[in-house]
Amino acid sequence: MITVENVKKSFGDQQILKGISTTFEKGKTNLIIGQSGSGKSVMLKCLLGLFQPEEGRIYYEDKAIQDMNDDQQRDLREEIGMLFQGGALFDSMTIEENVMFPLRMFTKQSKAEMLERVNDVLDRVNLKGENKKFPAEISGGMQKRVSIARAIVNRPKYLFCDEPNSGLDPKTATVIDKLIQEITHEFNITTVVVTHDMNSVMEIGEHINFLKNGLLVWKGNNDDIFKTDNKDVTDFVYSSDLFRKIREVQLKSK
Amino acid sequence: MKYIRDIGSYFLMLKKVFGGFTKGSVLRELIFKEIDDLVIGSLGIVAFISFFVGGVITIQTALNLTNPLIPKSLIAYATRQSIILEFAPTFMSIIMAGKVGSFITSSIGSMRVTEQIDALEVMGINSLNYLVFPKIVAMMFYPLVIALAMFLGIVGGYIAGVYGGFTNSTDFGIGLRDTFEPFHLVYAFVKTFIFAFIIATVPSWQGFYMKGGALEVGKASTNSFVWTSVLIILANYIVTQLLLS
Repeated sequence: MITVENVKKSFGDQQILKGISTTFEKGKTNLIIGQSGSGKSVMLKCLLGLFQPEEGRIYYEDKAIQDMNDDQQRDLREEIGMLFQGGALFDSMTIEENVMFPLRMFTKQSKAEMLERVNDVLDRVNLKGENKKFPAEISGGMQKRVSIARAIVNRPKYLFCDEPNSGLDPKTATVIDKLIQEITHEFNITTVVVTHDMNSVMEIGEHINFLKNGLLVWKGNNDDIFKTDNKDVTDFVYSSDLFRKIREVQLKSK
Repeated sequence: MKYIRDIGSYFLMLKKVFGGFTKGSVLRELIFKEIDDLVIGSLGIVAFISFFVGGVITIQTALNLTNPLIPKSLIAYATRQSIILEFAPTFMSIIMAGKVGSFITSSIGSMRVTEQIDALEVMGINSLNYLVFPKIVAMMFYPLVIALAMFLGIVGGYIAGVYGGFTNSTDFGIGLRDTFEPFHLVYAFVKTFIFAFIIATVPSWQGFYMKGGALEVGKASTNSFVWTSVLIILANYIVTQLLLS
């Protein structure tokens, strides 16, 4: 579990996060949603320790990241898997080498043991037998799945996903969402997904944090979000024609 | 003000490069890869340029020595001195600032744009050590490239001079050995090591701290070439003043 207490972050005169407090629960897909510029990505980078908040504390279990020394932060990062918006695969390495990378860096396993683990996770993301291809030779959806495989290969306790569906068609996006949720439940990890995709919210939103202008204005799950009267949330949810029409049908049926 | 900040940022980068070392077995592989990319990969162009520039230096020297009182051996002497003191270490390094420097900036810059550097950082890897340190170690083999440039420059000079009818083999041999100062080789290789460090680190700094997309990668590569060349010229002046004057 990750606990965030009153986190504030500014760039120059502009305050991006204005005191956010929330928890990200273990074994659940925790979503951070909101419009562009609401502070989602800054929040994620604060959680990852890439940005230092001016105020507030971020606890991994019961240990604040601010109290950790460099070695402790390095140890923590070995427990973190990250799925980047663009995949961030190393383009000079094959898929196998990409997925094996965290094992080579942080474990003392033999080549055979590493290869066995790589094949296991590639199988888990339905990419069995694609080991020798390079990232440029596979589709965007496959790149995301390789990125997930790399993120989970070292059995992380925390999984972070930044806009996992960006640039993907709706069907592939659903496959990626489902995969993230299945992995979260299967390995009982704390997963944090930053997204503004309502399909993701509907598919995997077990614990949703809605940000607006650097403030946490609503928390709930994917059932609650369609029942809330919070105007900020309804404006966001029903900004697309599809969801507006669903809403109209729901209201008529009532 | 920006220049002072940039200088500070460059030295802070160097401090981080030499801290938080990457796992030894991984680092060893990276160093071999960088030697292949940066040093071995440059041999072809270095050989080609050195051979022909050596020939041109010989021909131009010969064409300007029209006084019959000046011995023909001076052609080889002038060729040797030009190549060992300046052409091979300095001007070859400026050419390498274009070839190797642009490659370093664009490869690290592309990694920045595509979040690969963020991926390393999130994994808890010191990305500067992982990316830049192997390049610095690989470039410490760069003096071998310059030694090859010296040798081929003189071979090119010999072939152009002797087979072009400007001098003969005996005079060329006498000129090559005439008042040879071994310290000139020490001077040439001392400055080559300094240039190698500049070529490895300045383009890395440009690539690592660039912001933006593909267009900015191109701009960073251009800036990298400009700044690496300027620093090589400045360092050349300082080293010459310190070692030869």
